[in-house]
Amino acid sequence: MSVLIAIELTGEKPSNASLELLALARTLANGNPVVALSLGADVGLTETLIARGADKVVLGARETFTDINSDVWATCATDAARKHGATLVLAPHTPFGADIAPRLAFRLNAACATGCVSIDRQDGALLCTRAAHGGNVREVLRMKARVTVATLRAGVYDALPADTTRKGEGIILTEPPPSRIRVLERKRDAAEGVRLEDAKVIVAGGRGLGGAEGFKVLEPLAHALGGVVGASRVPCDLNWCSHAMQIGLTGKTVTPELYIAVGISGASHHLAGCGNAKTIIAINTDKDAAIFREARFGVTGDFAKVVPALTAAIRALPKDL
Amino acid sequence: MHIAVCIKYIPDPEAAFSQFSIDEQAKKVVPAPGLRHVVSPFDEQAIEAALRVREQHAGARITVITLGNEASRNALKHGLAMGADDGVLLMDPAFDDGDGYTTTLALSAAIRKLATVDLVLTGRQAADGDAGIVGAGIGEELNLPVLTFAKAVVMEGAAASVVRVERVLDDGTEIVEADLPALVTVSNELGAPRAPSLRETMRAARKPMVVWKAADLELDVATLGAAGARTARERIFVPSKAVQCEFIEAATPEEQGARLAARLREAKVL
Ligand SMILES: Cc1cc2nc3c(=O)[nH]c(=O)nc-3n(C[C@H](O)[C@H](O)[C@H](O)COP(=O)(O)OP(=O)(O)OC[C@H]3O[C@@H](n4cnc5c(N)ncnc54)[C@H](O)[C@@H]3O)c2cc1C
Ligand SMILES: Nc1ncnc2c1ncn2[C@@H]1O[C@H](COP(=O)(O)O)[C@@H](O)[C@H]1O
Repeated sequence: MSVLIAIELTGEKPSNASLELLALARTLANGNPVVALSLGADVGLTETLIARGADKVVLGARETFTDINSDVWATCATDAARKHGATLVLAPHTPFGADIAPRLAFRLNAACATGCVSIDRQDGALLCTRAAHGGNVREVLRMKARVTVATLRAGVYDALPADTTRKGEGIILTEPPPSRIRVLERKRDAAEGVRLEDAKVIVAGGRGLGGAEGFKVLEPLAHALGGVVGASRVPCDLNWCSHAMQIGLTGKTVTPELYIAVGISGASHHLAGCGNAKTIIAINTDKDAAIFREARFGVTGDFAKVVPALTAAIRALPKDL
Repeated sequence: MHIAVCIKYIPDPEAAFSQFSIDEQAKKVVPAPGLRHVVSPFDEQAIEAALRVREQHAGARITVITLGNEASRNALKHGLAMGADDGVLLMDPAFDDGDGYTTTLALSAAIRKLATVDLVLTGRQAADGDAGIVGAGIGEELNLPVLTFAKAVVMEGAAASVVRVERVLDDGTEIVEADLPALVTVSNELGAPRAPSLRETMRAARKPMVVWKAADLELDVATLGAAGARTARERIFVPSKAVQCEFIEAATPEEQGARLAARLREAKVL
């Protein structure tokens, strides 16, 4: 089957989650073309995407696609899927992908599965495995339409290493389609340092931090570990921190090596976004908190005392050689 | 101004999962008998968004719509008690065991039948299936511009002919607008929905509620329910986890912190 991938950019580069989709597409395409679609990109991206597994790259250059929005994306992706005969369309399960995927599915008369953790082929049919019921269960859906549209959570498949000897075709879109929506303003959080999605170490805080000041206690720990600070939904909803820090079912999917959950009870909705971390450590006053069932190491105690001591001790550790 | 809000009645999504069991034969998640059901949280916030619009534009009419069973009347009652004006229950065995696609067809047909709708509001996703398909789906079926993940919804223009939405993104928000009619999906960043007041709850009992079947919507039953679904559940299971937590014990929390650092180095985590 021919596969179309909606490539999300972070800054100028394709997101890791998008590159992972290229790898998945290669295994599912069975020799048919893997087509990558990128809008608002530098034309140089064509080569990058081919090196990472695409056979064709459809690109709306930054210079012509100056005002991209979700309506423009939905139209371009529908056109590309039709034109290149894609029977599988993939997008990362982020606000970007979750926004366009269902619309593509309706336009393409496709079956749709969102937030998938794997896609397999069985007797010619696609099986999409996804989390449901707040991350408590997995359901395996058999896709019954000719075309499938799916979004995938990050960190399940490994991106292919760049192979600059791969050959492919570049197609440049000449004109953006008309749009029914108008973007008036974008308020981006100041991009400081590493993104949560790419972080190797995340220190995440929950309601147990008691307020915005609690996050000030986490920052030195994250800093000492070369990591970043994230959050459960509660502190975001309470405005103790930016909503962009939210990890979980409706927040970000993260896959760090180390995840330190501080004052987080471990609701399935939260774990849906961080359960794939390699090592989880929990610091919580309640020894029965669900988070300890996911953690490899646990401390029962007040974070305000435990975290500064942990931070100091980590700083004092002899440097790795 | 006529606003339609699509709301789903589901088992309390924050209930402990021990309150649920899995029926492998039927491939369904079964709530314990008596488990509280609620309007799916994002849908409740969609009602809140509609009420806030009406505060801006007195006279707006708000219709709450649900596709479900007899018990789903409670979802409509809750919406009416929050302040909606009338309710529509879509109930027919033909709707059973559908998917996001078939649910979309039925809800879209109902909105078409209402004929006067300017703005459709849904939740970003229903908190049982967590799919997030039906909202955008209705937008496509009715050929409306779709604005997803709203944190704020306001009307613009002298005749309130434009909807302006602040959308939640990965790294911030954006403000977008579209001409009405349009569809907006609401996210939790909108803020807490109001609780029904005693006065509205009393009034709610007298507000109109209609029940429509597939035939009332002029829908072909072959496109509905399990027959029309584009996905079929093969299997459902609870993922297993095999982590054993090692608790770090010490006399004081400070010592626990220090000991954790040492243990992490020892275990080569750091
Ligand atoms: C549809 C839906 C989607 C959702 N999506 C998300 C999502 O994407 N992400 C998300 O995170 N949540 C999400 N939630 C919410 C989720 O269900 C939980 O309510 C939330 O994760 C709980 O956050 P918390 O652990 O910070 O708070 P709580 O559950 O209140 O836990 C606070 C913890 O802090 C501990 N504590 C208290 N004081 C201290 C102290 N001094 N030191 C150390 N520990 C202390 C307590 O023992 C407790 O375990 C969603 C819910 C629904 C219904
Ligand atoms: N049975 C239903 N009745 C009314 N509205 C629904 C129903 N199912 C889904 N919706 C609406 O569509 C949104 C997305 O649902 P879903 O695609 O199932 O996650 C929900 O937040 C509701 O607003």
